[in-house]
Amino acid sequence: MFSACADPKNIEGLQWLLCYLTTGKHIDFYWSFLTVLALLAITAPAALVFGFGGAMAARSHVTPLRLLGKAYTAMVRGVPDIVFFMFFVIALDQGIEWLRHQVVCPDWSEPIRRGLEFRVCPQAKTPSGDAAAWVHQTYGFALAVFTFALVFGAFAANVLYGAMNAVPRAQLETAESYGMSQGQVFRRILVPQMWVYALPGLSNLWMILIKATPLLFLLGVRDIVYWARELGGAKTQIYDFPHPDWRLYYFLFLMVAYLFMTWASEKVLARIGRRLSHGQATAAGEAQRRAAA
Amino acid sequence: MKKLILTTALLALTSGAGMAQTVRLGTEGAYPPFNFLDDAGNVAGFERELGDELCKRAGLTCEWVINDWDSIIPNLQSGNYDAIIAGMSITEEREEVVDFSMNYVPPADAAYVGLTPDADIKGGVVAAQTGTIQASHVAESGATLLEFATGDETVAAVKNGEAVAVLADKDFLAPYVNESNGELVWVGEPLEMGGGVGLAFRDSDDELRAKFDAAIQSMKDDGTLNPMIIKYFGEDSKVF
Repeated sequence: MFSACADPKNIEGLQWLLCYLTTGKHIDFYWSFLTVLALLAITAPAALVFGFGGAMAARSHVTPLRLLGKAYTAMVRGVPDIVFFMFFVIALDQGIEWLRHQVVCPDWSEPIRRGLEFRVCPQAKTPSGDAAAWVHQTYGFALAVFTFALVFGAFAANVLYGAMNAVPRAQLETAESYGMSQGQVFRRILVPQMWVYALPGLSNLWMILIKATPLLFLLGVRDIVYWARELGGAKTQIYDFPHPDWRLYYFLFLMVAYLFMTWASEKVLARIGRRLSHGQATAAGEAQRRAAA
Repeated sequence: MKKLILTTALLALTSGAGMAQTVRLGTEGAYPPFNFLDDAGNVAGFERELGDELCKRAGLTCEWVINDWDSIIPNLQSGNYDAIIAGMSITEEREEVVDFSMNYVPPADAAYVGLTPDADIKGGVVAAQTGTIQASHVAESGATLLEFATGDETVAAVKNGEAVAVLADKDFLAPYVNESNGELVWVGEPLEMGGGVGLAFRDSDDELRAKFDAAIQSMKDDGTLNPMIIKYFGEDSKVF
């Protein structure tokens, strides 16, 4: 990166360390923190949407919709994450390619499945074989976000379902006696009040999501844990910066990073909790009222 | 709405098709000196130089893809890349699921490395990388097999005492032994295993395999392959 680093075998001490920490590989490592943060920033709202949909479906009066909502939460929660990430993503990828194959090459005569192989026509490859590396990475990232959202959405659905049932029945009956329709009761009374009941469960999910990101490497996205392992491993003289096994230091650094993320999340979640309790018919809301009076 | 998104995605992804076909080469990027990520984060090593030369001779545009060793064959079969070039030994078990090119490294020696020359490689705990011929050999030898996802971790296991020895390609272990200041030593005699190292292709990809076979043969014929092997694996490595 710097001209002083052109000949790494002949520099020492602090300069060596500086050059070492600014190699292209380390820059990739630093960028992967942003990858992880981007994943969290996109997945969390998406999972909430899936969860909200799932919880509404599970409470529905329409039987097929209710069964669908219940099946979604039960099935996805029941399958181990790692199985889900290996099996579902390959199935999703192949499903997309199969659909495109039907559209793009209807005249293709060769079989798509040959033993263990899966072959669609070259035009249906997703992303196409000659696409740039970043297209492949973005595609992998998108699959990852979708899968994470689906898995964590199922857990969120269960949390939100419980939270919706926890809103005191008297609140809803009062709204009904004012003449509100079912939809109005749901939008104006149920949803604003349920968040405070959902928050502990959702904050647990958020913490688990933060720590689940190493699963990204199963999907070909290189995350911070992959880079820490790759950079920390012993390096022989064939590398520009040979060093013994330094995985301990890299993983210690990761630990600090994860602890920092946890600490920051705790702060934010506590704030949200205070806000949501404001004016609610809960013990925390009551305490706020007393303190203000 | 869903349909609309799907159609848009289809259009966006289809627009690039129809140009010259790119061959995607899958490698592990963690097995020096065969293949590794250099300090700039690019694929480097013997197979990088060889692969680029083969593609040039076969008139193909090639792109490098990093994939975990564990899932390197399944991802070839589901079409995420078109060939594996990752120090993969040609064995009968693998021949059942993929097709190999001719070998570009002669049948290689595997060797044990431990902390003492008399390490118990017949009955002790021996480390090897998951899914390698060396791992199957350890499992059959009577020793307790300890598997790791990468080669680097197998060597680390010997250094910290988790395993008494590691069994791997001699070419891979040699730099670790030479640079350990006597901490790591060879145990026993090297063993010849497998039918050399080759590229792996899908069973149905005979055309692509033929192109690479021709390119490897031309490098063997004009004598450019042997110097490349010596450059990466040292003076006393086996050549054709």
